[in-house]
Amino acid sequence: MEIRKNLAGESLTVEIIGRLDATTAPQLEKDLSGALGGVKNLTLDFKALEYIASAGLRVLLVFQKRMKKQGKMTIKNVSEEVKEVLEMTGFINFLHIEE
Amino acid sequence: MAELVIDALVENLDKVQDFVHNSIADLNCPKKFIFQLDLVVEEIFVNIAEYAYTPNVGSAKILLDVDVDSKNISMTFIDSGFEYNPLERNDPDINLALEERQIGGLGIFLTKNFVDDISYRYVDGQNILQIKKSVTN
Repeated sequence: MEIRKNLAGESLTVEIIGRLDATTAPQLEKDLSGALGGVKNLTLDFKALEYIASAGLRVLLVFQKRMKKQGKMTIKNVSEEVKEVLEMTGFINFLHIEE
Repeated sequence: MAELVIDALVENLDKVQDFVHNSIADLNCPKKFIFQLDLVVEEIFVNIAEYAYTPNVGSAKILLDVDVDSKNISMTFIDSGFEYNPLERNDPDINLALEERQIGGLGIFLTKNFVDDISYRYVDGQNILQIKKSVTN
């Protein structure tokens, strides 16, 4: 997995490339945790996200809770396969998916 | 029948997925099927890695059988750790609000949804979890 961050003022866009699994999710959590100070708009770009498992969902939950307190988190370019996981787990109900 | 015996460590997840991908390479599975099978394999293996032998390290045995004609895949995960039936775990409440949502149980919940059949038995000190998944699904 590779993480590409782009900060513009109070907006941070994070592109997650590859697989968000039990081996890579801790890396995303660590990397992003230190980058959210002063961020009001967090956008996760899933364009190149190939795969997500429950370890990745856990990180999404952590950041959705945090961003709800300090601003907004949006997820864009969600693939059909990833969307099915978000729907099945009910995550679709509280995540903001940009169509 | 393909077989992999490997230390049950999260860091071995990629090796487990490589074993699965190599074993089913001839089936030309659609992308969505491989996504779902990867998730099932990950959740079961990581569960063994994180809980079965804590705080020690033990091994996991994975058997994979492909029926080429019917395109059915059968996988069996065996460990000699603490007796634990993941199918007895209650499903998470997926309708809870964000603040109340807990992450526990999501992996096995997704696993149950992405397989055609799943069964557990405990025999001679071994946890044996078997899943079946048809490529046409």
